[in-house]
Amino acid sequence: MIVAEQKSLDEIKSLIGSANKVLVVGCGTCVTVCFAGGSREAAIMSSSLRMSSKLDGVPRNVSDVTVQRQCEWEYLDTISKQVEEADIVLSLGCGIGVQAIAEHFPNTWVVPGLNTTFMGLPLEQGVWAERCAACGDCILGLTGGICPIARCSKSLLNGPCGGSEDGHCEIDPEIPCAWQLIYDRLSSMDKLDVLMELQAPKNWQTSRDGGPRKIIREDLRLVGEEE
Amino acid sequence: MTANPNTNGYLVGSNLERVLHAGHFAVTGELGPPQSADREVIGKKAAQLRGYCDAVNITDNQTAIVRMSSIGAGTLVVQEGLEPVIQMTCRDRNRLAIQSDLLGAYALGMRNLLCLSGDHQTFGNHPTSKNVFDIDSIQQIQMVADMRDECIFQCGDKMKGPEPRFFVGAASAPFADPLDFRPYRLAKKVKAGADFIQSQLIYDIEAFKVFMEKVRKLGTHEETYFLAGVGPLKSPGMARYMKNNVPGILIPDELITRMTEAGAPWAGKSKDELTKEDKKARSAAWKETGIQICIELIQQLQEIEGVAGVHIMAIEWEAAVKPIVEGAGLYPRPVVPEPTPEPA
Amino acid sequence: MVDTDSYQIVAYCCEHCAYGAADLAGGLRLQYPPEVKIVLIPCTGKIDTLMVLHAFEAGIDGVMVAGCLPGDCHYLEGNENANRRIERIKNLLEQIGLEPERVNMYNLSSAMAGEFTVIVEETTNKIISIGKNPLLEERLR
Repeated sequence: MIVAEQKSLDEIKSLIGSANKVLVVGCGTCVTVCFAGGSREAAIMSSSLRMSSKLDGVPRNVSDVTVQRQCEWEYLDTISKQVEEADIVLSLGCGIGVQAIAEHFPNTWVVPGLNTTFMGLPLEQGVWAERCAACGDCILGLTGGICPIARCSKSLLNGPCGGSEDGHCEIDPEIPCAWQLIYDRLSSMDKLDVLMELQAPKNWQTSRDGGPRKIIREDLRLVGEEE
Repeated sequence: MTANPNTNGYLVGSNLERVLHAGHFAVTGELGPPQSADREVIGKKAAQLRGYCDAVNITDNQTAIVRMSSIGAGTLVVQEGLEPVIQMTCRDRNRLAIQSDLLGAYALGMRNLLCLSGDHQTFGNHPTSKNVFDIDSIQQIQMVADMRDECIFQCGDKMKGPEPRFFVGAASAPFADPLDFRPYRLAKKVKAGADFIQSQLIYDIEAFKVFMEKVRKLGTHEETYFLAGVGPLKSPGMARYMKNNVPGILIPDELITRMTEAGAPWAGKSKDELTKEDKKARSAAWKETGIQICIELIQQLQEIEGVAGVHIMAIEWEAAVKPIVEGAGLYPRPVVPEPTPEPA
Repeated sequence: MVDTDSYQIVAYCCEHCAYGAADLAGGLRLQYPPEVKIVLIPCTGKIDTLMVLHAFEAGIDGVMVAGCLPGDCHYLEGNENANRRIERIKNLLEQIGLEPERVNMYNLSSAMAGEFTVIVEETTNKIISIGKNPLLEERLR
């Protein structure tokens, strides 16, 4: 899932500026399950904003609504009236949600309430960790299902570097060394020979380095909707 | 490995390669470029190393702190009459930049290269910067070896004109984790094309012997020249810090005790009682012991099969290299004549 | 003189401990400040951020959360989870511009009627020393 964190209230207030009618839009998908921008967080945000603005002496009219997925047009259609009535939309969606709102409502000023942080999973309630970098050319089959692109601080394909100690990365004792994890897993499955292969330089074209990416599936397209 | 017809059987014919090829126990040193554009610093440091090393490594934004570029400083070192080993990290450059910089470095007279992934930028003075890591150190080794041996760029394009011929080096961290994999990772670097290896600092000879035994079992020592990393300890505090904080450095307690004992005459005094002269004298005593330990380590390393030389890392203490090399009986350095081109 | 009559404090009391203590205090005819309005909750683990924020938004001056003694939670760890959530709420209040000390968490058992009155008094004095919820002041103006 996409994992995000809320921005500070101060930053959000400065993004909102002098706008009076604020619509906080939550998203019911990824950011709900990482407790950053679901309906509860949207309600907390709007209550916090109302109180804080009042204390600042510039009361704002803040309300909130949450859609199932901010990143799909049909869900955004359900809130078009509220969006049009607002001076500003504070999106508690990930960066995709914010952009979907901007794209779908050309006359609406939208600002982000979250910092979209990574694609990962919850290790336990309240703890999330990064797992995928969306490089566009999955190599997990070579590394025992542990991604060095996302999880090695240097994204080494022929790791580990000399900074691996006691299972953690030299940059932070809280970060496990991805290559230690890979080594341990391949070792326990008697597949260490995989590590003796020299991995050639990666083709980063499939990643962001090849420019913004787009997928077109002709088999799924509807004739009437083609651009 | 393909020998260049112009280098008489040598891959490159650099001084370092010639010394190693002739079977001499090689000595390399390290020269850290300044955090400024001051060329004088290079001159001073070079003067302290000249004649005592077969080649000197020029670090590349070491510990991710901005310094004069390795190739820039390397050019000055060539002018100073020393042979540089330029270090090149994958942290700051993508494959385009690495290759183009190496074309320039070769044209400027550099012949040895150490391929590194590079310290992560969080350690340095620009922790908010973006890193590159387009390729890793092993891929860099392969790329540079291919530039030399196949005259191709990483993309496969043939080079139009003379190829850059580097004596390619790689680093080895014998005691980093996972420990069991380290000899194999070294073998991977050699398979990728590393002509020589410079290791992380070795203080624990017994642990290193175990490592080298594994290296010999893989036959790696016969396919590359292994230079063991050594460095003089400056104080017991530095020794303890490195032992506890630097990944992959093992320092036996016995050495720390020796360093502490060197400062024993001043141990009775409290911090406030120590005069400036006391501190100076204590530091000198520590340094003397540090140099002595380093000499002994080199002598022990010389006895280990598969060790082709030492890489002396006297960080910001270049003056220590002379007494170490002399004390270890490695002075004067051998002179192996440059190959004369075969008649056409 | 501070007009204490208009202060309003909500005490969210766990039914397995603090609520019993309050009940017992009543039975024993122990006096405690009238500013405190008791709200029964099944466990302090039920405390949620929005509930507390809404109380402040409605003009409440202070919030007291009273749960079981450490290790004695009827639901094992509801009181300890509540403790962490209270810290988060304090942090939010600070960002909003309200004093984090307006929210306080206590732990006690159902037999601790005397302690309950002490806690209530302490909370009331604390809130009075901080002053009224400025959000309410504004509304009254």
